[in-house]
Amino acid sequence: MADKYIYAVARVRALEMSLFSQTTIEQLIAAKTYKESVQFLIEHGWGDSETDHTDADAILNVETEKTWAVIEEMVEDMSVFDVILLPDLFHNLKAAIKTIVAGEVNADIFYDNVAIDGKEMLEIVKNRDFKALPSYMQACAEEAYECMTHTGDGQMCDVIIDKGTLLAILEAADDAKDELLKAYAETTVAVADIKIAVRSLKTAKSMDFMRRAMAPCKTLNIDRLAKAALSGMEDIIKYLSETEYAGGAEALANSSSAFERWCDNRIIETIRPQKYNAFTVGPLVAYILARLNEIKTVRIILSGKLNGLPEEAIRERIREMYV
Amino acid sequence: MTMGTVLALTGAALAVILAGMGSAYGVGVAGQAASGVVSEDPSKFAKVLIMQLLPGTQGIYGLLVGFIALSKIGLLSGNPAELSTQTGLMILAACLPIAIVGLVSGRHQGKTAVSAIGIIVKKPDQFGKAMLFPAMVETYAILALLVSILAVNGVPV
Repeated sequence: MADKYIYAVARVRALEMSLFSQTTIEQLIAAKTYKESVQFLIEHGWGDSETDHTDADAILNVETEKTWAVIEEMVEDMSVFDVILLPDLFHNLKAAIKTIVAGEVNADIFYDNVAIDGKEMLEIVKNRDFKALPSYMQACAEEAYECMTHTGDGQMCDVIIDKGTLLAILEAADDAKDELLKAYAETTVAVADIKIAVRSLKTAKSMDFMRRAMAPCKTLNIDRLAKAALSGMEDIIKYLSETEYAGGAEALANSSSAFERWCDNRIIETIRPQKYNAFTVGPLVAYILARLNEIKTVRIILSGKLNGLPEEAIRERIREMYV
Repeated sequence: MTMGTVLALTGAALAVILAGMGSAYGVGVAGQAASGVVSEDPSKFAKVLIMQLLPGTQGIYGLLVGFIALSKIGLLSGNPAELSTQTGLMILAACLPIAIVGLVSGRHQGKTAVSAIGIIVKKPDQFGKAMLFPAMVETYAILALLVSILAVNGVPV
Protein backbone atom coordinates (compact mmCIF):
# COMPACT_ATOMS: atom_id res chain seq x y z
CA MET A 1 0.00 0.00 0.00
CA ALA A 2 1.30 3.39 -1.02
CA ASP A 3 -0.18 4.93 2.16
CA LYS A 4 2.43 3.31 4.38
CA TYR A 5 5.13 5.76 3.23
CA ILE A 6 3.15 8.97 3.85
CA TYR A 7 4.81 9.71 7.21
CA ALA A 8 8.25 8.85 5.92
CA VAL A 9 7.91 10.89 2.73
CA ALA A 10 6.74 13.97 4.64
CA ARG A 11 9.66 13.59 7.04
CA VAL A 12 12.06 13.21 4.14
CA ARG A 13 10.63 16.41 2.61
CA ALA A 14 11.68 18.21 5.78
CA LEU A 15 15.10 16.51 5.71
CA GLU A 16 15.60 17.53 2.09
CA MET A 17 15.69 21.13 3.28
CA SER A 18 19.09 20.46 4.82
CA LEU A 19 20.55 18.86 1.67
CA PHE A 20 23.30 20.88 0.07
CA SER A 21 22.19 22.93 -2.92
CA GLN A 22 24.49 23.84 -5.81
CA THR A 23 25.04 27.21 -4.08
CA THR A 24 26.19 25.56 -0.85
CA ILE A 25 28.55 23.34 -2.83
CA GLU A 26 29.96 26.47 -4.48
CA GLN A 27 30.55 27.96 -1.01
CA LEU A 28 32.38 24.78 0.01
CA ILE A 29 34.55 24.95 -3.11
CA ALA A 30 35.28 28.59 -2.36
CA ALA A 31 36.79 27.67 1.04
CA LYS A 32 40.48 28.61 0.89
CA THR A 33 41.94 25.52 2.57
CA TYR A 34 41.11 21.92 3.37
CA LYS A 35 40.77 22.85 7.04
CA GLU A 36 38.34 25.63 6.20
CA SER A 37 36.26 23.19 4.13
CA VAL A 38 36.03 20.74 7.02
CA GLN A 39 35.07 23.61 9.34
CA PHE A 40 32.34 24.60 6.86
CA LEU A 41 30.91 21.07 7.06
CA ILE A 42 30.96 21.06 10.86
CA GLU A 43 29.18 24.42 10.93
CA HIS A 44 26.47 22.86 8.73
CA GLY A 45 25.91 20.10 11.29
CA TRP A 46 28.02 17.38 9.67
CA GLY A 47 29.58 14.77 11.94
CA ASP A 48 28.54 14.38 15.57
CA SER A 49 29.86 15.21 19.01
CA GLU A 50 31.99 12.03 19.10
CA THR A 51 33.61 12.57 15.70
CA ASP A 52 37.15 13.84 15.47
CA HIS A 53 36.60 17.19 13.77
CA THR A 54 39.90 16.96 11.94
CA ASP A 55 39.09 13.58 10.42
CA ALA A 56 37.04 14.26 7.27
CA ASP A 57 36.62 10.54 6.51
CA ALA A 58 35.06 9.99 9.93
CA ILE A 59 32.70 12.94 9.37
CA LEU A 60 31.59 11.58 5.99
CA ASN A 61 31.11 8.07 7.43
CA VAL A 62 28.96 9.52 10.23
CA GLU A 63 26.81 11.28 7.61
CA THR A 64 26.30 8.01 5.72
CA GLU A 65 25.36 6.26 8.96
CA LYS A 66 22.96 9.10 9.87
CA THR A 67 21.22 8.73 6.50
CA TRP A 68 20.60 5.01 6.94
CA ALA A 69 19.67 5.44 10.62
CA VAL A 70 16.90 7.91 9.82
CA ILE A 71 15.54 5.65 7.06
CA GLU A 72 15.61 2.64 9.41
CA GLU A 73 13.58 4.67 11.92
CA MET A 74 10.84 5.25 9.35
CA VAL A 75 10.72 2.05 7.31
CA GLU A 76 10.04 -1.37 8.83
CA ASP A 77 11.07 -3.49 5.87
CA MET A 78 14.49 -2.32 4.71
CA SER A 79 14.56 -4.97 1.98
CA VAL A 80 12.84 -2.45 -0.33
CA PHE A 81 16.23 -0.72 -0.49
CA ASP A 82 18.10 -3.90 -1.44
CA VAL A 83 18.94 -2.46 -4.83
CA ILE A 84 20.96 0.25 -3.07
CA LEU A 85 22.25 -1.84 -0.15
CA LEU A 86 23.39 -4.94 -2.07
CA PRO A 87 26.78 -3.51 -3.14
CA ASP A 88 27.62 -2.91 0.56
CA LEU A 89 26.51 -6.44 1.48
CA PHE A 90 28.62 -7.99 -1.29
CA HIS A 91 31.51 -5.75 -0.25
CA ASN A 92 31.34 -7.38 3.19
CA LEU A 93 31.53 -10.79 1.53
CA LYS A 94 34.52 -9.73 -0.55
CA ALA A 95 36.28 -8.27 2.48
CA ALA A 96 35.52 -11.35 4.60
CA ILE A 97 36.88 -13.82 2.01
CA LYS A 98 40.09 -11.82 1.55
CA THR A 99 40.46 -11.36 5.31
CA ILE A 100 39.98 -15.06 6.09
CA VAL A 101 42.29 -16.23 3.31
CA ALA A 102 44.94 -13.66 4.27
CA GLY A 103 44.44 -14.47 7.96
CA GLU A 104 44.24 -10.85 9.13
CA VAL A 105 41.14 -9.44 10.75
CA ASN A 106 40.44 -5.75 10.29
CA ALA A 107 36.96 -4.73 11.44
CA ASP A 108 37.20 -1.26 9.84
CA ILE A 109 36.74 -2.52 6.30
CA PHE A 110 33.14 -3.71 6.76
CA TYR A 111 29.81 -1.96 6.40
CA ASP A 112 27.45 -2.20 9.37
CA ASN A 113 24.31 -0.84 7.69
CA VAL A 114 23.51 -4.11 5.88
CA ALA A 115 21.72 -7.36 6.76
CA ILE A 116 24.98 -9.22 7.48
CA ASP A 117 27.64 -7.15 9.22
CA GLY A 118 31.37 -7.80 9.17
CA LYS A 119 31.53 -10.00 12.27
CA GLU A 120 28.74 -12.29 11.09
CA MET A 121 30.14 -12.43 7.56
CA LEU A 122 33.57 -13.41 8.86
CA GLU A 123 32.01 -16.28 10.84
CA ILE A 124 30.08 -17.49 7.79
CA VAL A 125 33.15 -17.44 5.55
CA LYS A 126 35.40 -18.92 8.25
CA ASN A 127 33.02 -21.89 8.70
CA ARG A 128 32.27 -22.02 4.96
CA ASP A 129 28.64 -21.93 5.97
CA PHE A 130 27.50 -20.30 2.72
CA LYS A 131 23.95 -21.61 3.17
CA ALA A 132 23.56 -19.00 5.92
CA LEU A 133 23.82 -16.32 3.21
CA PRO A 134 20.82 -15.11 1.18
CA SER A 135 20.17 -17.42 -1.80
CA TYR A 136 21.40 -14.84 -4.33
CA MET A 137 24.84 -14.79 -2.64
CA GLN A 138 25.49 -18.48 -2.00
CA ALA A 139 26.84 -19.64 -5.38
CA CYS A 140 29.02 -16.60 -5.95
CA ALA A 141 30.36 -16.71 -2.36
CA GLU A 142 31.39 -20.35 -2.73
CA GLU A 143 32.96 -19.75 -6.15
CA ALA A 144 34.85 -16.67 -4.97
CA TYR A 145 36.08 -18.49 -1.84
CA GLU A 146 37.30 -21.49 -3.87
CA CYS A 147 38.98 -19.17 -6.37
CA MET A 148 40.74 -17.23 -3.60
CA THR A 149 41.90 -20.30 -1.65
CA HIS A 150 43.08 -22.28 -4.68
CA THR A 151 44.57 -19.58 -6.91
CA GLY A 152 45.01 -16.62 -4.54
CA ASP A 153 43.76 -14.49 -7.47
CA GLY A 154 42.22 -11.48 -5.73
CA GLN A 155 41.21 -9.86 -9.00
CA MET A 156 39.20 -12.89 -10.15
CA CYS A 157 37.63 -13.08 -6.69
CA ASP A 158 36.55 -9.44 -7.16
CA VAL A 159 35.18 -10.18 -10.64
CA ILE A 160 33.08 -13.11 -9.37
CA ILE A 161 31.64 -11.13 -6.46
CA ASP A 162 31.08 -7.97 -8.52
CA LYS A 163 29.13 -9.94 -11.12
CA GLY A 164 27.17 -11.61 -8.31
CA THR A 165 26.34 -8.12 -7.04
CA LEU A 166 25.06 -6.97 -10.43
CA LEU A 167 22.92 -10.09 -10.88
CA ALA A 168 21.50 -9.69 -7.36
CA ILE A 169 20.68 -6.03 -8.07
CA LEU A 170 18.77 -7.04 -11.20
CA GLU A 171 16.93 -9.75 -9.26
CA ALA A 172 16.03 -7.29 -6.51
CA ALA A 173 14.83 -4.81 -9.15
CA ASP A 174 12.56 -7.48 -10.66
CA ASP A 175 10.96 -7.94 -7.24
CA ALA A 176 10.75 -4.20 -6.54
CA LYS A 177 7.38 -2.57 -7.22
CA ASP A 178 8.75 0.94 -7.53
CA GLU A 179 9.67 2.08 -11.04
CA LEU A 180 12.46 4.30 -9.69
CA LEU A 181 14.23 1.31 -8.13
CA LYS A 182 13.95 -0.60 -11.40
CA ALA A 183 15.38 2.35 -13.36
CA TYR A 184 18.18 2.81 -10.81
CA ALA A 185 19.09 -0.90 -10.96
CA GLU A 186 19.15 -0.91 -14.76
CA THR A 187 21.36 2.20 -14.87
CA THR A 188 23.68 0.81 -12.17
CA VAL A 189 24.22 -2.47 -14.01
CA ALA A 190 24.58 -0.85 -17.44
CA VAL A 191 27.10 1.68 -16.11
CA ALA A 192 29.04 -1.12 -14.39
CA ASP A 193 29.17 -3.02 -17.70
CA ILE A 194 30.44 0.06 -19.51
CA LYS A 195 33.12 0.58 -16.84
CA ILE A 196 34.17 -3.09 -17.19
CA ALA A 197 34.45 -2.63 -20.97
CA VAL A 198 36.60 0.49 -20.60
CA ARG A 199 38.81 -1.08 -17.95
CA SER A 200 39.17 -4.28 -20.00
CA LEU A 201 40.24 -2.22 -23.00
CA LYS A 202 42.89 -0.42 -20.95
CA THR A 203 44.25 -3.65 -19.44
CA ALA A 204 43.87 -5.71 -22.65
CA LYS A 205 41.51 -8.29 -21.19
CA SER A 206 40.01 -11.07 -23.29
CA MET A 207 36.44 -11.56 -24.50
CA ASP A 208 36.06 -14.44 -22.03
CA PHE A 209 37.05 -12.20 -19.14
CA MET A 210 34.49 -9.56 -20.14
CA ARG A 211 31.74 -12.15 -20.58
CA ARG A 212 32.55 -13.44 -17.12
CA ALA A 213 32.50 -9.96 -15.58
CA MET A 214 29.55 -8.31 -17.34
CA ALA A 215 25.93 -8.80 -16.32
CA PRO A 216 23.27 -8.83 -19.04
CA CYS A 217 20.82 -5.92 -18.84
CA LYS A 218 17.93 -4.60 -20.92
CA THR A 219 19.47 -1.38 -22.19
CA LEU A 220 22.82 -2.76 -23.40
CA ASN A 221 23.94 -5.67 -25.54
CA ILE A 222 26.96 -6.89 -23.60
CA ASP A 223 28.26 -8.99 -26.50
CA ARG A 224 28.41 -5.91 -28.73
CA LEU A 225 29.92 -3.89 -25.90
CA ALA A 226 32.60 -6.52 -25.26
CA LYS A 227 33.41 -6.79 -28.98
CA ALA A 228 33.68 -3.00 -29.16
CA ALA A 229 36.03 -3.07 -26.16
CA LEU A 230 38.29 -5.50 -28.04
CA SER A 231 38.46 -3.07 -30.99
CA GLY A 232 39.14 0.17 -29.15
CA MET A 233 37.70 3.18 -27.34
CA GLU A 234 36.24 4.64 -30.54
CA ASP A 235 34.16 1.52 -31.05
CA ILE A 236 32.88 1.63 -27.46
CA ILE A 237 31.86 5.27 -27.94
CA LYS A 238 30.30 4.43 -31.33
CA TYR A 239 28.27 1.59 -29.83
CA LEU A 240 27.14 3.65 -26.82
CA SER A 241 26.05 6.46 -29.16
CA GLU A 242 23.39 4.07 -30.48
CA THR A 243 22.06 3.39 -26.99
CA GLU A 244 20.36 5.53 -24.36
CA TYR A 245 23.84 6.13 -22.92
CA ALA A 246 24.79 8.41 -25.82
CA GLY A 247 25.43 11.28 -23.39
CA GLY A 248 27.82 9.00 -21.53
CA ALA A 249 29.63 8.24 -24.78
CA GLU A 250 30.41 11.95 -25.20
CA ALA A 251 31.69 12.12 -21.62
CA LEU A 252 33.72 8.95 -22.13
CA ALA A 253 35.39 10.60 -25.13
CA ASN A 254 36.69 13.26 -22.72
CA SER A 255 37.81 11.15 -19.75
CA SER A 256 36.82 8.36 -17.37
CA SER A 257 36.12 10.86 -14.59
CA ALA A 258 33.81 12.82 -16.92
CA PHE A 259 31.97 9.56 -17.58
CA GLU A 260 31.67 8.82 -13.84
CA ARG A 261 30.28 12.32 -13.36
CA TRP A 262 27.80 11.80 -16.20
CA CYS A 263 26.64 8.51 -14.60
CA ASP A 264 26.01 10.18 -11.23
CA ASN A 265 24.26 13.15 -12.84
CA ARG A 266 22.06 10.77 -14.82
CA ILE A 267 20.94 9.12 -11.59
CA ILE A 268 20.12 12.54 -10.11
CA GLU A 269 18.08 13.37 -13.23
CA THR A 270 16.24 10.05 -12.86
CA ILE A 271 15.29 10.74 -9.25
CA ARG A 272 14.41 14.44 -9.65
CA PRO A 273 10.67 13.86 -10.41
CA GLN A 274 10.36 12.24 -6.95
CA LYS A 275 10.35 15.77 -5.49
CA TYR A 276 6.71 15.93 -6.54
CA ASN A 277 5.61 12.46 -5.39
CA ALA A 278 4.05 12.13 -1.94
CA PHE A 279 2.83 8.54 -1.70
CA THR A 280 5.36 5.89 -2.72
CA VAL A 281 8.78 4.67 -1.60
CA GLY A 282 10.28 6.65 -4.51
CA PRO A 283 11.02 9.86 -2.56
CA LEU A 284 12.81 7.82 0.13
CA VAL A 285 14.98 6.14 -2.50
CA ALA A 286 15.59 9.54 -4.06
CA TYR A 287 16.60 11.02 -0.69
CA ILE A 288 19.07 8.19 0.00
CA LEU A 289 20.63 8.50 -3.45
CA ALA A 290 20.71 12.30 -3.18
CA ARG A 291 22.41 12.07 0.21
CA LEU A 292 24.97 9.52 -1.01
CA ASN A 293 25.61 11.74 -4.04
CA GLU A 294 26.05 14.74 -1.73
CA ILE A 295 28.55 12.86 0.45
CA LYS A 296 30.45 11.69 -2.65
CA THR A 297 30.59 15.27 -3.97
CA VAL A 298 31.86 16.58 -0.64
CA ARG A 299 34.50 13.82 -0.62
CA ILE A 300 35.63 14.90 -4.12
CA ILE A 301 35.87 18.54 -2.99
CA LEU A 302 37.81 17.67 0.18
CA SER A 303 40.15 15.45 -1.78
CA GLY A 304 40.71 18.29 -4.27
CA LYS A 305 41.42 20.73 -1.44
CA LEU A 306 43.79 18.27 0.22
CA ASN A 307 45.72 17.86 -3.01
CA GLY A 308 45.77 21.60 -3.72
CA LEU A 309 43.66 21.42 -6.91
CA PRO A 310 42.45 24.78 -8.25
CA GLU A 311 38.74 25.59 -7.83
CA GLU A 312 38.07 25.14 -11.55
CA ALA A 313 39.50 21.62 -11.56
CA ILE A 314 37.34 20.69 -8.56
CA ARG A 315 34.26 22.25 -10.18
CA GLU A 316 34.72 20.02 -13.25
CA ARG A 317 34.46 16.93 -11.08
CA ILE A 318 31.52 17.77 -8.85
CA ARG A 319 28.07 16.22 -9.32
CA GLU A 320 24.71 17.92 -9.78
CA MET A 321 22.71 18.29 -6.58
CA TYR A 322 19.17 16.97 -6.06
CA VAL A 323 17.77 20.17 -4.53
CA MET B 1 -41.78 0.76 13.69
CA THR B 2 -42.49 0.54 9.97
CA MET B 3 -40.22 -0.50 7.10
CA GLY B 4 -40.29 3.15 6.03
CA THR B 5 -38.74 4.25 9.34
CA VAL B 6 -36.07 1.55 9.05
CA LEU B 7 -35.14 2.76 5.56
CA ALA B 8 -35.01 6.39 6.68
CA LEU B 9 -32.83 5.41 9.64
CA THR B 10 -30.55 3.49 7.27
CA GLY B 11 -30.17 6.67 5.21
CA ALA B 12 -29.20 8.71 8.28
CA ALA B 13 -26.75 5.99 9.34
CA LEU B 14 -25.15 5.84 5.89
CA ALA B 15 -24.69 9.64 5.83
CA VAL B 16 -22.87 9.51 9.16
CA ILE B 17 -20.92 6.28 8.53
CA LEU B 18 -19.70 6.81 4.94
CA ALA B 19 -18.93 10.53 5.26
CA GLY B 20 -17.24 9.79 8.60
CA MET B 21 -15.13 7.07 6.99
CA GLY B 22 -14.03 9.47 4.27
CA SER B 23 -13.01 12.06 6.85
CA ALA B 24 -11.31 9.52 9.09
CA TYR B 25 -9.17 8.37 6.18
CA GLY B 26 -8.42 11.91 5.02
CA VAL B 27 -7.54 13.22 8.46
CA GLY B 28 -5.54 10.04 9.08
CA VAL B 29 -3.26 10.30 6.05
CA ALA B 30 -2.86 14.06 6.44
CA GLY B 31 -2.00 13.42 10.10
CA GLN B 32 0.70 10.95 9.13
CA ALA B 33 2.26 13.50 6.80
CA ALA B 34 1.91 16.24 9.44
CA SER B 35 3.66 14.03 12.02
CA GLY B 36 6.49 13.38 9.60
CA VAL B 37 7.02 17.11 9.14
CA VAL B 38 6.70 18.05 12.82
CA SER B 39 9.18 15.33 13.84
CA GLU B 40 11.85 17.23 11.88
CA ASP B 41 10.50 20.79 12.07
CA PRO B 42 8.12 21.48 15.03
CA SER B 43 7.79 25.14 14.01
CA LYS B 44 5.40 24.11 11.22
CA PHE B 45 2.91 22.50 13.64
CA ALA B 46 0.14 25.11 13.27
CA LYS B 47 0.26 25.18 9.48
CA VAL B 48 0.21 21.41 9.01
CA LEU B 49 -2.51 21.04 11.66
CA ILE B 50 -4.83 23.23 9.57
CA MET B 51 -4.08 21.02 6.56
CA GLN B 52 -4.87 17.93 8.59
CA LEU B 53 -8.24 19.37 9.67
CA LEU B 54 -9.46 20.18 6.15
CA PRO B 55 -10.68 16.64 5.30
CA GLY B 56 -12.53 16.50 8.64
CA THR B 57 -15.53 18.50 7.37
CA GLN B 58 -17.15 15.64 5.43
CA GLY B 59 -17.77 13.80 8.69
CA ILE B 60 -19.46 16.93 10.10
CA TYR B 61 -21.63 17.27 6.97
CA GLY B 62 -22.66 13.62 7.29
CA LEU B 63 -23.52 14.18 10.95
CA LEU B 64 -25.59 17.27 10.06
CA VAL B 65 -27.61 15.41 7.41
CA GLY B 66 -27.99 12.49 9.85
CA PHE B 67 -29.41 14.85 12.49
CA ILE B 68 -31.81 16.47 10.01
CA ALA B 69 -33.03 13.05 8.84
CA LEU B 70 -33.51 11.81 12.44
CA SER B 71 -35.35 15.02 13.30
CA LYS B 72 -37.53 14.67 10.21
CA ILE B 73 -38.71 11.18 11.17
CA GLY B 74 -39.28 12.30 14.76
CA LEU B 75 -36.70 10.03 16.37
CA LEU B 76 -35.01 12.91 18.19
CA SER B 77 -38.26 14.12 19.80
CA GLY B 78 -39.23 10.61 20.86
CA ASN B 79 -42.31 10.50 18.59
CA PRO B 80 -41.27 8.46 15.54
CA ALA B 81 -43.52 9.05 12.56
CA GLU B 82 -45.28 6.12 10.88
CA LEU B 83 -43.49 6.28 7.51
CA SER B 84 -44.56 4.45 4.39
CA THR B 85 -41.91 2.40 2.59
CA GLN B 86 -41.97 4.96 -0.23
CA THR B 87 -41.25 7.87 2.16
CA GLY B 88 -38.53 5.90 3.89
CA LEU B 89 -36.87 5.20 0.55
CA MET B 90 -37.08 8.89 -0.34
CA ILE B 91 -35.25 9.87 2.85
CA LEU B 92 -32.67 7.15 2.24
CA ALA B 93 -32.10 8.47 -1.30
CA ALA B 94 -31.87 12.04 0.03
CA CYS B 95 -29.06 11.00 2.41
CA LEU B 96 -27.01 9.27 -0.28
CA PRO B 97 -25.36 12.34 -1.90
CA ILE B 98 -23.48 13.35 1.24
CA ALA B 99 -22.86 9.70 2.18
CA ILE B 100 -21.15 8.80 -1.09
CA VAL B 101 -19.58 12.14 -1.97
CA GLY B 102 -18.43 12.50 1.66
CA LEU B 103 -16.61 9.17 1.47
CA VAL B 104 -14.94 9.83 -1.86
CA SER B 105 -14.14 13.52 -1.33
CA GLY B 106 -12.81 12.88 2.19
CA ARG B 107 -10.28 10.40 0.82
CA HIS B 108 -9.25 12.65 -2.04
CA GLN B 109 -9.06 15.73 0.14
CA GLY B 110 -6.80 13.82 2.53
CA LYS B 111 -4.42 12.90 -0.28
CA THR B 112 -4.43 16.46 -1.60
CA ALA B 113 -3.72 17.71 1.93
CA VAL B 114 -0.71 15.34 2.10
CA SER B 115 0.66 16.85 -1.11
CA ALA B 116 -0.06 20.38 0.15
CA ILE B 117 1.87 19.60 3.34
CA GLY B 118 4.83 18.89 1.03
CA ILE B 119 4.53 22.47 -0.26
CA ILE B 120 4.43 23.90 3.28
CA VAL B 121 7.64 22.05 4.18
CA LYS B 122 9.54 23.48 1.24
CA LYS B 123 7.86 26.89 0.97
CA PRO B 124 6.09 27.89 4.20
CA ASP B 125 5.34 31.34 2.77
CA GLN B 126 3.09 29.69 0.16
CA PHE B 127 0.68 28.40 2.82
CA GLY B 128 -2.34 30.22 1.32
CA LYS B 129 -1.82 28.73 -2.12
CA ALA B 130 -1.09 25.29 -0.66
CA MET B 131 -4.38 25.38 1.27
CA LEU B 132 -6.38 26.16 -1.86
CA PHE B 133 -5.68 22.76 -3.46
CA PRO B 134 -7.35 20.59 -0.80
CA ALA B 135 -10.00 23.31 -0.29
CA MET B 136 -11.10 22.86 -3.93
CA VAL B 137 -12.16 19.29 -3.14
CA GLU B 138 -14.42 20.67 -0.43
CA THR B 139 -16.64 22.27 -3.11
CA TYR B 140 -18.10 18.91 -4.07
CA ALA B 141 -18.76 17.87 -0.49
CA ILE B 142 -20.64 21.18 0.02
CA LEU B 143 -22.70 20.62 -3.14
CA ALA B 144 -23.64 17.14 -1.95
CA LEU B 145 -24.45 18.52 1.51
CA LEU B 146 -26.78 21.13 0.01
CA VAL B 147 -28.63 18.56 -2.10
CA SER B 148 -29.00 16.19 0.83
CA ILE B 149 -30.34 18.91 3.15
CA LEU B 150 -32.79 20.22 0.52
CA ALA B 151 -33.92 16.71 -0.38
CA VAL B 152 -34.41 15.52 3.23
CA ASN B 153 -36.34 18.71 4.05
CA GLY B 154 -38.39 18.35 0.88
CA VAL B 155 -39.66 14.84 1.65
CA PRO B 156 -43.27 15.10 2.88
CA VAL B 157 -43.70 13.16 6.15
